[in-house]
Amino acid sequence: MSSIKILVVEDSPTMRQFICFALRRLPGVEISEASDGVEGLKKFTLENFNLVMIDINMPIMDGLKLLSLIRKGPSNSKVPILVITTEGAQADRDRALSLGADGYLTKPTPGSIILKTVKRILGIVD
Amino acid sequence: METPDGETPRTPDEREEKEEERKVFQRAQEFLQIFKKGAEFTQELLRINEKMRYQVVRLKEENQDLRRAIQPETAIQDLERRISELIREKEELLEKYAGIEQENQDFAQRYVEIEEENNNLANLYIASYQLHSTLDYREVLQIILEIIINLIGAEEFALLLRDEKKDKLLVVATEGISQDEIPPIAIGEGIIGKVAETGENYIRKDFASPETTEINNPLVCIPLKIKEYVIGVIVLYRLLRQKTQFAEVDYELFTLLAGHAATAIFSSRLYSESERRLSTFRGFIDLLTR
Repeated sequence: MSSIKILVVEDSPTMRQFICFALRRLPGVEISEASDGVEGLKKFTLENFNLVMIDINMPIMDGLKLLSLIRKGPSNSKVPILVITTEGAQADRDRALSLGADGYLTKPTPGSIILKTVKRILGIVD
Repeated sequence: METPDGETPRTPDEREEKEEERKVFQRAQEFLQIFKKGAEFTQELLRINEKMRYQVVRLKEENQDLRRAIQPETAIQDLERRISELIREKEELLEKYAGIEQENQDFAQRYVEIEEENNNLANLYIASYQLHSTLDYREVLQIILEIIINLIGAEEFALLLRDEKKDKLLVVATEGISQDEIPPIAIGEGIIGKVAETGENYIRKDFASPETTEINNPLVCIPLKIKEYVIGVIVLYRLLRQKTQFAEVDYELFTLLAGHAATAIFSSRLYSESERRLSTFRGFIDLLTR
């Protein structure tokens, strides 16, 4: 099976570890981590990822800005993007989806839901 | 012309008589022929009749053999017995199927429970791992805030630590509310002070958050304890809008925070204090040895 490369952009080390813990249940997964939007964008431009997971509230560059830049970018702009955030308002969800997010999860979310959503987006069948 | 007896007729009467005799003879011949044919036909009929009789006897024998072979009552009984066996087998199979179905449901239920347990353990492991990943006091406080936001799902909360000299709880970190909004709280005063005094968790029965945050009416108050000594409290005022109720894991996180956050805070403060003293001693030693 070919590897699945996922970029996790999240400022909280606790949440990053939690997401990675859930993702490691995917066979052949390779995870890259970034703690803010700028670092996330740098890593995104250097590698081809199968999925990008983004938090919204982050220092330096927020998640929505990063999402928008990826979608307008020159390469791999159609990569699936999953937003995981504390922002539970419908308006925030609508905004992220209108910017091109493929999924929107609100914290706190169980690891199993993260895994299930990632599998759905990547078309992985159990 | 000669008569049948070979004599030649002499007179017309004789000739006529002879002619008559000849005709009679001819008809006798024809009749004889017909009779012979009739006899042959009769012989043929008798032969066919004989064959038919033979066939009838054979068929009767065959019929008797078949009757003996079939024995209808026994055959029906056999079939009935077989049907009963098949019905019993079917019932057994249905019973087994129901058992397997039940087992399958039990497994599915167990899978869900294990999955939930796995999630809970992952939460607790990560929270514990992060709490003890540093000896920096500020980082420990930040990690506690992250756990409360990301793993519990609180929007407004505060962390208060006990001031030994004043015997009061002083706010050291907040999220969603200003630190200025929370005054020092005496041990034993109000809900928060009582929690610090008794060391018992407080969870408000009325889960709905009021419009405005009331400092002395928290949703949850968890004491931070080292053994039985309370070093501070975590006070939750409001949860994130999508968090409508506590899950089982939240109560476990409260318990974990009560112990692990307390030791992490205590260790990091101790370490910071030691570092500060060490730095002071080094300064003195440098002065003396210069």
